Amino acid sequence: MDPGGAGVIVISDTWDYLTDPANWTGDDGMLHLLVQQLLLSFTALVVAALIGLPIALWLGHLGRGNLLAINVSNVGRAVPTFALLAFLVTADWPGTAEFGPYGRAGLATIIALTLFALPPIITNANVGIREVSPAVRQAADGMGMSGWQKFARVELPLAASLILLGLRLAVVQVWATATIAALVAGPGLGNVITEGFYRTNYGQGIAGAVVVAVVALVLEVLAALAQRVLDPNPRAPRTKRRRGMSAVPPMVTEAAEPPRP
Amino acid sequence: MTLLAASAAAAEPSCYSRLTNEWFCGQYVRDYQQEITDATIQHLGITIAAVVLGVLIAFPLALIARRLPRLETGILGTATAIYTIPSLALLPLMVPFTGISATTVVIALALYALTVLVRSMLEGLRSVPSGVRESARGMGYGATRLLFLVELPLALPVIMAGLRVATVSTVALTTVGSLVSYGGLGNLIKDGVTSNFRAELMTASILCVLIAVLFDVLIVFAQWLLTPWTRGVRA
Repeated sequence: MDPGGAGVIVISDTWDYLTDPANWTGDDGMLHLLVQQLLLSFTALVVAALIGLPIALWLGHLGRGNLLAINVSNVGRAVPTFALLAFLVTADWPGTAEFGPYGRAGLATIIALTLFALPPIITNANVGIREVSPAVRQAADGMGMSGWQKFARVELPLAASLILLGLRLAVVQVWATATIAALVAGPGLGNVITEGFYRTNYGQGIAGAVVVAVVALVLEVLAALAQRVLDPNPRAPRTKRRRGMSAVPPMVTEAAEPPRP
Repeated sequence: MTLLAASAAAAEPSCYSRLTNEWFCGQYVRDYQQEITDATIQHLGITIAAVVLGVLIAFPLALIARRLPRLETGILGTATAIYTIPSLALLPLMVPFTGISATTVVIALALYALTVLVRSMLEGLRSVPSGVRESARGMGYGATRLLFLVELPLALPVIMAGLRVATVSTVALTTVGSLVSYGGLGNLIKDGVTSNFRAELMTASILCVLIAVLFDVLIVFAQWLLTPWTRGVRA
C-alpha cells in the first residue's frame, strides 16, 4: 500500500468515526468526555485565577514580583506537562483515584492543569500592574488616594488588558494540558486519541484530534472576544503596524509569552 | 566475599524493585544506562531537528511578513492558530501525511516553534534603528548585504530571546511524541506511568529539565559569542 493511499483510508476512517452517532453518546462517548474536559479546564482556570491573581496583583502593587514573574514562566516552560502529570498519577497521592465528575485521576489532572495555568496568569497580571506609569501613580497619591483606592481605581483598570490576556493564554494552556492528561490515563477527550493510537485505530485517534483541535480554536476565539468585551481600556491604536481584525490579536511582547501547548 | 555481596543484595532488594519502587535510584540508572542514553539521544535529535526546521521556515516567513504587511496578519494569525491546537491533537492530525514516524513529531514541533520564532524575528528586524539602515544604504549596501551584515546582527538579541523560548519549550514538548513512540525521554515517562516505575519516570523527567537548561545556557553563550559589541557597552 502506498503511503498516500493509506492516508486516504485513514481520513475516510476518521470521517466514519465522526459521523457515527454511537461514538458521541453514552458514558464513553465524545460528548461526555468533552463536557468532562471542559469542566476540568474551567475548574482549573478558576482555581489558578483565585490563587495566582491575588499574589501577582499584590506584589505588583508593591512594585515587586519581577523575579517571580520571570522564574514562574521559565520553570513552567522547562518542565514537561506530561512529566508533571505522570508524577501526580504515579505518586501515592493524588494518584489515579476517581474524583467526582472529573473522572479517573481527576484530582491529579486538576492540580497539574492549575499549576500550568499559573505562569501566564501571574506573569501578565504582575507585569500589568508594575507597568502602570509612575506619573499616574504619583497623580493618584497627589489626589490623596489611599493605597487600596490607588490599586482599585487606578492600577487595576490600567492593568486590565494584560490581566485579561494572561487569563486568555491560560485558557489555551489548560485545554492543551487537559488533553495530554489522557497520556497518563487521566480523564477527557484525549482518551479518544490515545485509545485510537494504542489500538492502531488511527481513524479514531485522528477523529479525537479533530474534535480537540476544533474546540481549542473555538475556545481561543471566545476568549479573545471576552478579552475584548471586558477590557475597559480603549484598544491602543497600532499606528506603525497594520493589523486586521483577526480573531487572535497580537500578543504583547515579553509579558505575554505564549503558553506551551 | 561474593557470597556476602550476593546475600546482601538478596536481603536488600534493589531500589527500583516493585517492593520499594523508590523515586531516586542510582541502581536503575546503572542497569538501564543503554536505554536511557538511547532515549536521550532521540530526544536531542528530535528537538534539534525541530528547532532547526522551525528557524528555516520562520526566517523566510518573517521576511515576507515584513516586506508585505498585508500578509503579516495572515502569517501571524495562522501561526497562532496552530499554536492553539493542543500538541496531543496536532500529532494525530499529521499522521495521514507523514505516518507513524519521527518526521511527524519533528514537523509538529517545528510548527509550534514557528509562532515564537516568526514573532521574534519580526520584532528583532523592526528594532533596527532606521538611521542605521539608511546609513548602510548610503554606504552602498544592497538589500541582501544590508540584511545579513547590518540588520540581522543588530536584531540578534531579540531573535535569540525568541530562540531560547522556542527551544526550551520544544525540549519539554518532545515528550508528547511518545504518542507515536517517538518521544525521546517521553517514551520512558510513558513507560514509567504504565508500569508504575517511579525511578524511570523521575530519571527521564530530570534529564528533560536538564536538557532544557543546557540548551538555554548554550544559546545564551552563543549569543555572547556572536554579539561582541554588546559586551563593551555594558562594561
